[in-house]
Amino acid sequence: MALLEVRNLGISFGGLQAVSGLDLTIDSGHLYGLIGPNGAGKTTAFNMLTGMYRPTEGTITFDGVNITGKDPEYISKAGIARTFQNIRLFSAMSVLDNVKVGMHNRVTYGMFDGVFRTKKYHRREQEMNEKAISLLKVFGIGDKADYAASQLPYGQQRKLEICRALASDPKLLLLDEPAAGMNPNETAELMETVRKVRDEFGIAILLIEHDMKFVMGICEDITVLEYGKIIAHGDPDTVANDPEVIKAYLGGDDEN
Amino acid sequence: MAKNKKMNRTARTYLTSFLLVAIFYGAVELIKFSGHLTSKATGLLIPVCAYIMMAISLNLVVGFLGELSLGHAAFMSAGAFVGVFFYNTAGASLPGWLSVVLAFVIGGIAAGIFGVIVGVPVLRLSGDYLAIVTLAFGEILKNVLNSLYIGVDSAGVHFSLKDQFSLNMEPTGKVLMKGAMGITGIKKFSYFSVGILLIVLTLIFVLNLMNSRAGRAITAIRDDEIAAKSVGINLTSYKLMAFVSSAVIAGLSGVLYALNFASLVAKKFDYNLSINILVMVVLGGMGSIPGAIVAAVILTVLPEMLRGFSQYRMFIYSIVLIVMMLFNRAPAFVAWRQRLGLKIHTKKNGNSGSTAEDGKKEE
Repeated sequence: MALLEVRNLGISFGGLQAVSGLDLTIDSGHLYGLIGPNGAGKTTAFNMLTGMYRPTEGTITFDGVNITGKDPEYISKAGIARTFQNIRLFSAMSVLDNVKVGMHNRVTYGMFDGVFRTKKYHRREQEMNEKAISLLKVFGIGDKADYAASQLPYGQQRKLEICRALASDPKLLLLDEPAAGMNPNETAELMETVRKVRDEFGIAILLIEHDMKFVMGICEDITVLEYGKIIAHGDPDTVANDPEVIKAYLGGDDEN
Repeated sequence: MAKNKKMNRTARTYLTSFLLVAIFYGAVELIKFSGHLTSKATGLLIPVCAYIMMAISLNLVVGFLGELSLGHAAFMSAGAFVGVFFYNTAGASLPGWLSVVLAFVIGGIAAGIFGVIVGVPVLRLSGDYLAIVTLAFGEILKNVLNSLYIGVDSAGVHFSLKDQFSLNMEPTGKVLMKGAMGITGIKKFSYFSVGILLIVLTLIFVLNLMNSRAGRAITAIRDDEIAAKSVGINLTSYKLMAFVSSAVIAGLSGVLYALNFASLVAKKFDYNLSINILVMVVLGGMGSIPGAIVAAVILTVLPEMLRGFSQYRMFIYSIVLIVMMLFNRAPAFVAWRQRLGLKIHTKKNGNSGSTAEDGKKEE
């Protein structure tokens, strides 16, 4: 059975139908792309998958459990993690603490343990530190652990956000425009990182991206949205040659 | 100095905070020992301790949680009245130390309950609602306490919000709380060392809490609510944890403050006090515990010291406020301080690293 099954998902804000009839099937260990012109509803779809928005129609089944309309806390615990289009780091906190916040529901102890510095506190904190440092090292920012998140250069902030998402041991990682604002070198490096994440952590990744070289080069399965509806779906080659997709991206004559 | 730089931020905060309290304690004891401590200064010791606690506690809400509370004096007031009421009634028959300890416990719990009552509905929302509601709560509590009469006679306890006579008590009855006159006849219990002990306990609690899983969750909510939600943090429960902890500390400081005087009136805990505490937090640097301690001491002692020049008092006070603000925020001063290795507030990265992506975040 698929890891994530989205059936006929839709949401409308008042009279505006932002997304409708969205179907997605995602299996563990694969890379999926969600593309489409601006305003097609890609981020809205992410917001529904992570519980930020409550869908008005359709179902989301994750790991055999119906998670439609659950809150972000529940969905995060279930194993879906995400990054944001405009980086959302805890900017005044250290790089290390950002990753440790990501482990909030994975390595736990109570307020009492924290205040009274019990054995459990020390054990869990150490476990967190080790895990966080090794995660940061995977992304090559292990030496930046004590920096404030806002001190990192842009590309590393993107990496840190992925680190934070991975810290919650997700089964599915949603990346919202991970290459946005990156130069070609950084993009190429990021492609490697994303592949490495998939291979090392054995998780499924669904990403939104405008950089076509990135998407085509990395994703095994691509879904194209336009005006909130799926206009094409398939492997990179099929999608790239689909007349509907070309029309959506390059514009076409409506008379034809 | 080189070694100091290698220490991480957390260790430095712990060290500076406790060092400041130790210096404060040592200095006061030294002056006391040398016989130079005036009676006026002695009278200020407990209020200073109480305000230090207030500043630390409000910092939990304003600095770490990032919510604005404009009625923090109300929690101090709630703790003070409930604690002292107990101390004066049920506590009177208990041994001295026990009644004091219980007064603190009960005062703290009472303030905490008010914290829950205010926090549960308001902290579920995001935005400036907390500021509005705490402002109103402060005024309401002050006015209710200001007109509350409580008396006891053989028939039981009587309440009134009108006047002493409407308590309808037997002539032998005893009035425990007299509206605007408040609670009188408090057997004073003011030991500077108790104040210091409470500050130390507060520091341990707040610093340990903020440097644990819960504290990280609280700061994460401040930095970005949406991202905090996405990593599975329950916003309401952590906001409530910070807010109620802060209310409990305010309640304790209220009891400490009240036990220093023979009488307790509600008027003392007004809007001005709430704002004064807020000024301490802002000037000390939001999210900085050592800063809050220094600001609390300066801003409590300064107005008293300036009483002699009453004409220029507020003038000098405001100049000091402006200087402190510049010292904390003006880029030139910040750079100068960093060169000196004097890092007064830990959140220095908050607005210095404004690069392209900051602009992007605003979208």
